[in-house]
Amino acid sequence: MNDERKTIGSGGTPGRGNRQTSPSAAARSLAGGAPAKKAVAKPKRAADPAGKTTASAAAPVAAKKTAPKKPAPSKATPKKPTASKPAADRPTKPRLRAVTDEDAAAAAAAAAEEAARRTRTAGAAPLSAGIPIDEIFVAVIEAAQRVLGSDWESRVATLLATVRKRLSGDYEIDEFGFDPEIAQVLTAAVEPIAEKWFRLEVRGIENIPEDGGALLVANHSGTVPLDGLITGYAVKKYSGRNLRPLGADLVFALPLVGQVARKVGATLACQEDAERLLTGGELAGVWPEGFKGIGKPFAERYKLQRFGRGGFVSSAMRAQVPIVPVSIVGAEEIYPLVGNVPSLARLLGLPYLPITPFFPLLGPLGLIPLPSKWIIEFGEPVRTDAYEPQAADDPMLLFNVTDQVRETIQQTLYKLLIERGNAFF
Amino acid sequence: MSRVVLVTGVAGSFASQVARRLVDLGEDAGIGKVVGIDTILPDADLDGMKFVRADVRTPVIGKVIAVEDVDTVVHLDVNPPQRGRIGGKELNVIGTMQLLAACQRSSTVGKLVLGSSAAVYGSSPRDPAMFNESLLARNGVRSGFPKDIVEVESYVRGFARRRPDVIITTIRAAQVLHADVESPLRNYFSNPVLPSVLGFDPRLQFLSLTDALEIFGQAVVHDRPGTFNAAGEGVVPLSQAARRLGRPLVPMPRLGFASAARRFVRAMGSDIPPDLHRLLTFGRAVDTSALREIFGYEPALTSEQTLDEFAASLRPGILTAMGLSTRGSTTAGRRQ
Repeated sequence: MNDERKTIGSGGTPGRGNRQTSPSAAARSLAGGAPAKKAVAKPKRAADPAGKTTASAAAPVAAKKTAPKKPAPSKATPKKPTASKPAADRPTKPRLRAVTDEDAAAAAAAAAEEAARRTRTAGAAPLSAGIPIDEIFVAVIEAAQRVLGSDWESRVATLLATVRKRLSGDYEIDEFGFDPEIAQVLTAAVEPIAEKWFRLEVRGIENIPEDGGALLVANHSGTVPLDGLITGYAVKKYSGRNLRPLGADLVFALPLVGQVARKVGATLACQEDAERLLTGGELAGVWPEGFKGIGKPFAERYKLQRFGRGGFVSSAMRAQVPIVPVSIVGAEEIYPLVGNVPSLARLLGLPYLPITPFFPLLGPLGLIPLPSKWIIEFGEPVRTDAYEPQAADDPMLLFNVTDQVRETIQQTLYKLLIERGNAFF
Repeated sequence: MSRVVLVTGVAGSFASQVARRLVDLGEDAGIGKVVGIDTILPDADLDGMKFVRADVRTPVIGKVIAVEDVDTVVHLDVNPPQRGRIGGKELNVIGTMQLLAACQRSSTVGKLVLGSSAAVYGSSPRDPAMFNESLLARNGVRSGFPKDIVEVESYVRGFARRRPDVIITTIRAAQVLHADVESPLRNYFSNPVLPSVLGFDPRLQFLSLTDALEIFGQAVVHDRPGTFNAAGEGVVPLSQAARRLGRPLVPMPRLGFASAARRFVRAMGSDIPPDLHRLLTFGRAVDTSALREIFGYEPALTSEQTLDEFAASLRPGILTAMGLSTRGSTTAGRRQ
């Protein structure tokens, strides 16, 4: 103990040593080789042949420098009961152990080996930072297996073939510009948004006919027509049919939007296209409220606007297909429209310019839709084949059927709102 | 009774092909004589037909009709203006007016076949997916060739009102895509890279030359009054067409696309009419059910097949060299 105190630097002159537990500075320099502490902490330096001598020379100084700090508590409490002293000293003991020749040699050897290994691998693969190439290869294969399943090889081959076919233009689209492959990709992309973000609940999917034409009529809301996208996803996912939405001409005038809309099956909301789709046995979707519906203020949420001019009813009647009323709850809350800048909207040629609580306040962050809870209910189909196709020219009948569809949707909306409860939780 | 057919604009590549087809049909189909008329000398072979060098915009045309006892007039070469030819409007509209005036005077003319264009429907975001013959242009016919063709058709309708005894067939044809036939899209697709409008992928339709010749031949030989759309079945979006041809698209912003694309194409040694940009932005597709059901002709080639045939006659595109085009993949298949 007395010895130790001396070593710590209070008793003897620095670097002198006590002949038993710690050698003197001269003895340490005789020992040669890299000091253990330095070698482990900075192996690179130790490996450097030029730095070897400086390292061995600097090490004792570093050891001395740190040494006075460590025993400070033991020095400050010399009058404390001796029982506590060994306990306080014990953790410091191994660090203060003398560096013996064997230790130094072993550490030097370890450092040299480490350095050699580093240079080897660095030469072989500079980017892999010590991971062998075959391990990376195995990892890629395992990842492919995990993502694509056990038959990943054929699936990757199929994927590459598909990409190649796309690039060579070897694919089919219909006369509306509908590209089933792109629609499939979009469905997969929308799935997490619909299921995880909006926690979509779909009811009454059995009301969608399994084949033949039908006209889906839905309420429109949400500032940005996401409801069309989600409805299309729901129809595809749960009934397996492709929904062909009928969109406003603005959709097709916008770059990119119009292009994508056509590829996923949308077409212009006009009599000709609606009848062409319906007589072709397709499932057409229409949002007759139009911009009045999506652009209405948040305070008027879930209040149906005028249902266009009832053109959708005459289209369905001419094609003799049923009308399926669709009630969408949840889209109203995604971008609560609290303000509008009509003058700027007119300048930009848009029907409205929305201001939501987060847009444009938070910039692009404000474009993230709020995670409201969605319910889409497909109602019981309204039969139109009971009427003659000529009945489409009877405006009074058209107004009546329009009102019937509108009322059905409105009542279902109220019912669903009560069942949903809180919009977000 | 054998017919005497007058074909206008025979110096044009398509009209000369039609005239030759009518000569080939000959007496068997009741065509006794084919008279061709144009302001410039045709470079094509006009064997077996009579060529009259006259300007369709002058009253000379009336004399030609009277002298030759023409009973069938095939009015073709109503084309977008091309480089090196004088004002398209003059030729198209004024020429049609003169021709119709001459026809109205003539007591022999009993049939008029007008080679119109699907451009009469214009091209706009408000277009239905498919135009049928009863629909009118929604937008995009305020200038250039679409405006010309709308006026030409309105003059023909006026003529039909005044001469109800004349059988009038109007063929609204999609652009003929063939290496030998001058058409805006052929010129466009022949470029090594294709300027396109950023964010738009227009749906296009093409008509094969064989189908076009067959349709005009039948319109002359048989009586098929009415207006008919003519195009290959199906549509081909521009992106797909470019990939099939192995030519990369160069997307440009919509603002100023018209002039930028034209300069770009001219820099590559070709030319496109200034009003093609609307077609390249919004595209257009026509419904051909009337052609099949009323006219009684089923186009042999779809738009896609027409494009493939055209691609085969074209030099391979840049992407073909990289093995990304269809024809590139066939060679790749052989290698395997």
